[in-house]
Amino acid sequence: MLTVILIIVKGLITAVLLLAAFGVMTWLERKVLARFQFRPGPNRLGPAGVMQFVADGLKLVFKEEIIPTAADRAIYLLAPFISLTAAIVAFAVIPWGPPLHIFGRTVPMEIGGPDIGILFIFAITALGVYGIILGGWASSNKYSLLGGLRSTAQIISYELAMGLAVTGVLLLAGSTDLNTIIARQYHLWYIVPEILGFIIYVITMVAETNRTPFDLPEAENELVAGYHTEYTGLKWAMYMMAEYINMITVSGLATTLFLGGWHGPWLPPELWFLIKVAAFMYFFIWLRATLPRLRYDRLMAFGWKVLLPVALLNTLATAVWVAVAR
Amino acid sequence: MADIETTIGQVDPETGLKPMVINLGPQHPATHGVLRVRVALDGEQIRACEPIIGYLHTGIEKNCEDLTFNQAITLTDRMDYLSPITNNFGYVLGVEKLLGVEVPKRCQYIRVMFAELSRIASHLVWLGTAAMDMGAMSPFFYTMQQREQILDMIEMSAGTRMNPSYFRVGGLLNDLPPGFEEKLRAFLDGFPHWLQEYYALLDRNPIWIERLKGTAPITAEKALDYGWTGPLLRACGVPRDLRQTNPYSSYEEFDFDVITETDGDVYARYHVRMREMQESLKIVRQAIDNLPEGDWHVPGWKIYPPNKQEIGRNMEALIYHFKLFTEGIRVPAGEVYSAVEGPKGEIGYFIVSDGSGKPYRVRVRGPSFYNIAALPVLVQDKMLADVVAAIGSIDIVLGEVDR
Repeated sequence: MLTVILIIVKGLITAVLLLAAFGVMTWLERKVLARFQFRPGPNRLGPAGVMQFVADGLKLVFKEEIIPTAADRAIYLLAPFISLTAAIVAFAVIPWGPPLHIFGRTVPMEIGGPDIGILFIFAITALGVYGIILGGWASSNKYSLLGGLRSTAQIISYELAMGLAVTGVLLLAGSTDLNTIIARQYHLWYIVPEILGFIIYVITMVAETNRTPFDLPEAENELVAGYHTEYTGLKWAMYMMAEYINMITVSGLATTLFLGGWHGPWLPPELWFLIKVAAFMYFFIWLRATLPRLRYDRLMAFGWKVLLPVALLNTLATAVWVAVAR
Repeated sequence: MADIETTIGQVDPETGLKPMVINLGPQHPATHGVLRVRVALDGEQIRACEPIIGYLHTGIEKNCEDLTFNQAITLTDRMDYLSPITNNFGYVLGVEKLLGVEVPKRCQYIRVMFAELSRIASHLVWLGTAAMDMGAMSPFFYTMQQREQILDMIEMSAGTRMNPSYFRVGGLLNDLPPGFEEKLRAFLDGFPHWLQEYYALLDRNPIWIERLKGTAPITAEKALDYGWTGPLLRACGVPRDLRQTNPYSSYEEFDFDVITETDGDVYARYHVRMREMQESLKIVRQAIDNLPEGDWHVPGWKIYPPNKQEIGRNMEALIYHFKLFTEGIRVPAGEVYSAVEGPKGEIGYFIVSDGSGKPYRVRVRGPSFYNIAALPVLVQDKMLADVVAAIGSIDIVLGEVDR
């Protein structure tokens, strides 16, 4: 019973923290992007405009909900929920600190920790793309449809390379349990032996979250707003939340797999985790300020002809090394 | 190049499906105004494409007929609103040709200076928006800041930023104001650094090069067939530049190169414009260094109105001033074609006068109108993303296309 209550409480805390992080992240992105572009960014509400995201959120809540007449109503309404739910659930297995000891009980920091944690994340994030595809299709808008199709192509091209990039780490750690992987990195972060895997993972994680330079599904200059062209108000906000929470999740996974998770000197482990994730988030914004967008066919070619073979080679090399070392 | 109406009806024998028709615009983030492009898509591949114009028609040519020769200048501002001064340039040169007058050297140099500054401003807007079309958002903010400095200089001299009407028949609105030269020199010193920044941000970026190289190519013959001019034609390898082939306003006294590339693709157009900005800087520097002293408008009161002090002292001046502002300049009957090299190509004016104070007919050859016509050739069988790149590289201003 107590275990169930604990899981519910932890789930609530994580979900609320993630949604809060989304809010802060939107403000941070606008602020950092503004710095890159020599403009002040939001600065009216609260100190340095921090309350901007609250105002934005309120505005979206009160927006009129418009559903296109030709839309497939049920799926149109369901699609953003799929994306958001998948985004939040995927974070459930990422440990953002060492287990806590309260009243003689050991409480892990993640919500649920299946031994196959990493596979769980991949399964759930792959599910999230259904939200985009279905949303794009159900809007019965040509731009939305093209956005959804691009998203499909992208997920097929990059999910595979992402999985293979991670395989190296799994081979080194000899486990798919995220806590074990973190524990094995106490002395040496896996970014050192698995630098190639890390680079591939970082590229694919940007593609996975539809961020610049892989933001084709919502390429505003080509497809107006891509798959969420027809979405308004909170449903649109849900897609945005899903995107940002996905960014946090893939950053958290990168931290866990390659940067030693919450390991770090002097500071509390939770803070270390936060710092590492924040560094990735900054990287996302940096990319957005710097890079143009890839073209659809070049993106596919890059995924299949460059990333996949390199990831395969990396896996092979790691496997040979692990076999020899044993 | 496929005809869109027949393409739409064609059924694919394998799948039994017809192409998907998409309307890009008139309200679309990538159309730079109110251009509408109808494309027939097979997946993301363009089967046929048709640009549809006319959403910004303001009747500028017809309106000119009801205004005096000097008043019509204000309408020319509103055609290519990204480099209004170049529009003024072609028009006032045409009227001066009809009048048979030549403005003093100082005026010619100032005109050249402002025309080249406008060219830089226009190319900066092109660079920012074209990069934005490719998904790179930051260059837009950088280029706008540089353009702001040029607009500040135009504001100093003409009083307004966007529609200055700075060039008048027989002269300028004002002489260069005090403090202008320092501001200009500060810009000339600071801008080359920024050009390097743009190169660093874009030209060393593999994604940028991959998006641009080989995209939307056109041959020189085809480009000439479509009446292309300006940087677009020079990117195809044709060294046609009115500033050198038909020099006007003392351009023959300036030392600059005509930039050409051979590939005729988006990347070549990008390079031509980038290097043209450097050449323009060179011209502006020469103009300010060798700026002659003396009059900045034609002498006498028959064409250029007397100044206010003169009106207060001299009865005759008052009469001339009154006549010029009520009847307009009496331009001898006749017709003339005058063209200047604008940032987008050859801006030509065909002006007919019937001897009254108002033009009988003003016909404008807007380069963007001819440039956009070739869009279907550029994007045939390319990807949807290339349409956006092609429109960006053509650098249209709809105000000039529709007039």
